Amino acid sequence: MANLASNFIGIKSPNPFWLASAPPTDKKVNVERAFEAGWGGVVWKTLGSEGPPVVNVSGPRYGAIFGADRRLLGLNNIELITDRPLEVNLREIKEVKRKWKDRALVISLMVPCEEDYWKDILKAIEDTEADGVELNFGCPHGMAERGMGSAVGQVPEYIEMVTRWVKKYSRMPCIVKLTPNITSILPPAMAANRGGADAVSLINTIKSITNVDLDAFSPFPMIDGQGSHGGYCGPAVKPIALNMVGEIARHSETRGLPISGIGGVTTWRDAAEFLAMGAGNVQVCTAAMTYGFKIVQEMISGLSEYLDSKEMALSDLVGRAVPNFVEWQHLNLNYVTKAVINQDDCIKCGRCYAACEDTSHQAIAMSEDRTFTVKDEECVACNLCVNVCPVDNCITMKRLPVGAMDERTGRAVGTFADWTTHPNNPAATAAE
Amino acid sequence: MSNSPLTPGVVAGRLPDAALARNFSDHEAPFDQHEARVAADRCYFCHDAPCMTACPTSIDIPLFIRQIATGTAEAAAKTIFSQNILGGMCARVCPTETLCEEVCVRETAEGKPVEIGRLQRFATDTLMAKGKHPFSRLPPSGKKVAVVGAGPAGLACAHRLAMKGHEVTVFDPRPKAGGLNEYGIASYKSTNDFAAKEVAWLLKIGGIQIENGKALGRDIALADLQKTYGAVFLGMGLPGVNALRAPGEDASHVRNAVDFISELRQQPDKSKLAIGRDVVVIGGGMTAVDAAVQSKLLGAENVTIVYRRGQEKMAASGYEQEHATGAGVRIICNAAPVAVHGHEVEFAYTEDGPNGLTLTKETFRLKADQVFKAIGQTLTGAPEGVKIDGGKIAVDATGATSVKGIWAGGDCATGGEDLTVTAVKQGRDAAEAIHAALMG
Repeated sequence: MANLASNFIGIKSPNPFWLASAPPTDKKVNVERAFEAGWGGVVWKTLGSEGPPVVNVSGPRYGAIFGADRRLLGLNNIELITDRPLEVNLREIKEVKRKWKDRALVISLMVPCEEDYWKDILKAIEDTEADGVELNFGCPHGMAERGMGSAVGQVPEYIEMVTRWVKKYSRMPCIVKLTPNITSILPPAMAANRGGADAVSLINTIKSITNVDLDAFSPFPMIDGQGSHGGYCGPAVKPIALNMVGEIARHSETRGLPISGIGGVTTWRDAAEFLAMGAGNVQVCTAAMTYGFKIVQEMISGLSEYLDSKEMALSDLVGRAVPNFVEWQHLNLNYVTKAVINQDDCIKCGRCYAACEDTSHQAIAMSEDRTFTVKDEECVACNLCVNVCPVDNCITMKRLPVGAMDERTGRAVGTFADWTTHPNNPAATAAE
Repeated sequence: MSNSPLTPGVVAGRLPDAALARNFSDHEAPFDQHEARVAADRCYFCHDAPCMTACPTSIDIPLFIRQIATGTAEAAAKTIFSQNILGGMCARVCPTETLCEEVCVRETAEGKPVEIGRLQRFATDTLMAKGKHPFSRLPPSGKKVAVVGAGPAGLACAHRLAMKGHEVTVFDPRPKAGGLNEYGIASYKSTNDFAAKEVAWLLKIGGIQIENGKALGRDIALADLQKTYGAVFLGMGLPGVNALRAPGEDASHVRNAVDFISELRQQPDKSKLAIGRDVVVIGGGMTAVDAAVQSKLLGAENVTIVYRRGQEKMAASGYEQEHATGAGVRIICNAAPVAVHGHEVEFAYTEDGPNGLTLTKETFRLKADQVFKAIGQTLTGAPEGVKIDGGKIAVDATGATSVKGIWAGGDCATGGEDLTVTAVKQGRDAAEAIHAALMG
């Protein structure tokens, strides 16, 4: 069984699966249950300044979207940072860390953008023996209206400034948690890097309204007939997170900056994908909130089995896909594939036909007896049929070798050539 | 209660009331909201869906299931009723295992089809529970149509004609409308007086007059109908019952299965129904299964279906056969009755060879306090002058008979499969043809 022991910016944990700063990590009782279940670490739910704690709504804090069979695909929340007194959290953090020395325990922080606030909170947590801090520059709801959370994460100068303060007043490893509610993730990541961050974590939640109550005509979650935007997370946001993680991992200015990957990690496979896209570890929240802490056991066994099958160590996987994450212009335009329908597996639902005929390239033929076949002379290999087919691997894409005739274009398949050298590109450079 | 399944002879109350109530409640419980959502989520919304093609009334099944899945069961019901106004009954009695569900791609994929029948019941029950009728009539056409028979074909025809604005009079010899829906379906498939409620709901369209106790040839004459009405639709079903042609079958304990089933349906208190300790049902179709299973459910100790050909030739589907054996009914194939000797029936084993079915010399006897004959029904009382083909009224694809102005459909006509759903299709399509003829 593969060794999943993780060392992320000097913080050790028995596996790379941490619980993200969120409701599951708000209290000692939750965190201990998580550790008992096998989680490698937690980022404790965000602490604020000393004084009267924040107040949460007493109506619904969550909204959701569902797939078939009411499977939760996306969750949105309007919960604020911890609403428990600072001293209670600090006492519990200390107790937990003393008892669970082999697990990672990082404290999430969010205080106003003034140096003294950061100086004070860092001093307050010094005594807890926690392994590090995570700066919450991400939450898009509630606290952002008060100039914190994503309001900081949207201004690179603030990110850099606060990160510098934290590095000035604390020797703890510092992770900067980024918000996806920006046009490009790179400036915030670069700012964190300049400020001296030891790592970035992303993504925090996305501004969202999950649905509208069609009786009350109010966005949801609805509090007394009104709704406010929340932060969106869960399986639905994974594609957005993977892209942002990959962008940071491949950019020359941020390459090598450790990343804690967050965003819809639900299975070992999701985790492995984040690691391959450059994350050093992953943080999970929605999957645990949906199924409970036990899911980590599948993540551990699944990742372990995968690494064994690939004869790879955990560190070999990290960043393995980054070199292959390129801009569109560098994709091989002479890579030609055709859809192939396996007639033995086909259940004759005809969804590939409807999708292709109605919305794509009219490249699937349907016979009287409902046999569906691909017309190579029309197929552009868009993959939509593969995506709508209910049977796994029933439709696959077969590559035409170099020199083979592409019946659609009537031309032989050529060797590698991308847009930068394509004759239709006015800015093309001469091919060698 | 002193009687039990072991009590000799033909007696009532063989089972406690609670057991009878359980036995004659819904054979398949209706879906609740949650079950319906879960079942609906399994539908793949196929292109040109095989289930829809397999449905004789061409209900847009993927559409109505999607409507259930999106929380609009009443819209789903309207999708169903627009093709099949008796969609409520069909949801209960259709042999879905040989129609829509047999061809469901999930049957292909994992051997477990989408539960189309139960979903259809969920949708139709939801709308009917509101007491609403989803259709309204076109302006009056001034045309009148006579419908003979208030069974599925006649009702479907009448409803479609009424929708088009015509005035329809339906004649039926029985005291209640509904035909086999009312008198011929196993009680556990149509509980809670559903058939009568469905008729009442269907009639809310307006423009349909039902005349009960009126039989063609006895109380009404075809010639008179032709004179008084712009068109006539014949949907009188198959009133006759085939005979065994075995000595002794005129004994009083040898009955038609359809009469037994009808008596069961009309008796709300099943503890009043007498049933034999040993019951023999002769036949291989749904009527045989319905009679046998219900005999068992009333508390008969031994119930045996005897069918003269091989099991693969039984008209009852595999699902129905399993239902019978699961209820404790024994099925004997390849045996035909040769004589009824008092309370025993003698059978001979048969051979199905190139010269047809022949009796072998090997015989056996079964004890029988009651014998139910379920070897098919026949057309009786067909009006003279209408062409008959293979014992049924010959019709073309539109339901037109050989006589101008007369249409026919349902079990009495060619082209169906002796199913409620095919009768509905024939009645509906004949109505469209009648409408075209009247307005053309």
